[in-house]
Amino acid sequence: MPPTLKACAPLPYPMAPSMTRVTRFIRESAEVFTFDLAPERVTPFTPGQFNMLYAFGVGEIPISISGAADAPDRLTHTIRAVGPVSAALGRLKAGDQVGLRGPFGVGWPVEEAKGFDVLLIGGGIGLAPLRPAIYWLLRHRAAYGRVGVLYGARTPDDLIFVSELEEWRKTPDFQLRVAVERAGPDWTGDVGYVTPLLSKLRYDPADAIAMICGPEVMIRATALALEDAGIADSRIFVSMERNMKCAIGHCGHCQFGPLFICKDGPVHRYDRVRDLLAYREL
Amino acid sequence: MKDIADLLRHHPFAEGLDEETLALIAGCAKNVVLQPGDYLHREGAAADSFYLVRHGAVALETFVPGRGAFTFLTVKSGEILGADWLIPPYRSSFDARVVELTRAISFDGKCLRGKCEADPRVGYEMMKRFIPPLVKRLQSARMQALGMYDAANA
Repeated sequence: MPPTLKACAPLPYPMAPSMTRVTRFIRESAEVFTFDLAPERVTPFTPGQFNMLYAFGVGEIPISISGAADAPDRLTHTIRAVGPVSAALGRLKAGDQVGLRGPFGVGWPVEEAKGFDVLLIGGGIGLAPLRPAIYWLLRHRAAYGRVGVLYGARTPDDLIFVSELEEWRKTPDFQLRVAVERAGPDWTGDVGYVTPLLSKLRYDPADAIAMICGPEVMIRATALALEDAGIADSRIFVSMERNMKCAIGHCGHCQFGPLFICKDGPVHRYDRVRDLLAYREL
Repeated sequence: MKDIADLLRHHPFAEGLDEETLALIAGCAKNVVLQPGDYLHREGAAADSFYLVRHGAVALETFVPGRGAFTFLTVKSGEILGADWLIPPYRSSFDARVVELTRAISFDGKCLRGKCEADPRVGYEMMKRFIPPLVKRLQSARMQALGMYDAANA
């Protein structure tokens, strides 16, 4: 029987953080780090969902889960230190406490993608929310058609999950292309913008589903390129980011037209957000 | 053994090109094999040729004093390398360094320009094949210039 994801049970007190401890801390690059948390209770999640992480005395931010969905006793998050809260989280070490709420939101359509070719395109830290979907596809490889991953980053030094990228590159029946925007002479991989690499992947546009996560400029350009390649806009999924605060659609901070990114997303079907992405006021 | 027209026929650049035009431009072309570390051209040098990469990879680079060479684009199988031969003063804008064993079709730019001048139909066929990848590269270069993956934009 094909694998399925179990629906997450509603959270009894979604605004109340639970206490967790950092069990492992990994420095991915100068700005990006990954840590594992040991939650009080087993926390099933769907690839693409996020948690609210609370750095005590500083604040709370939404962070996508970057670990495997079939290991819910360990929650992995990969974070880029860009503001006070993420910087505070980056100063934690194994044993330190973090407040945790979640998981929240709608994740990647890994169930819906069964039987399809699957393309995953990540830019920068955008690979992190895609990683649970990659794990899922690799673990249940027979349920899917061709699988291809494109990953773009600034420089070779900014790449995250480097050892896994090497593993994935060697994985049979798994296409991976990594492009950096600039590199020194030691780099022998692709250099340039990530979207043109779509032409290097093998897939059938009529039977393909695509998942994109990265800067919004990249999302727009990549979604258009996928449409140009023949993939229906209803089969393109994008992970959006806005100012999420409550994570349950009450506060309105992340309202995006008729949608709340935290509750109706962060993963959205492209045909439902395409027009909204064109509004500069949103 | 394949002649140059056969090699050309199998490159995406020649898709849709009629046999007459293909044979005409093949007269300006030759097959080349390039080793890693070879330079196809250097910044500032005369741009007298362009390449259709059949297999392999070539890095376009610029040199930053004190920091070394920076690659900003790799050109790979099925792609076109070199546009400076198209416009005066026909001078290479960047270094082009071979990254891995590369087989390519090399065109004499002056020869091809002459054929385009003599027959505008050939010139138009060339334009249709050069403009799309150049525009796409321009779009990509703009994206790269935006620093899209920088913290402020992520």
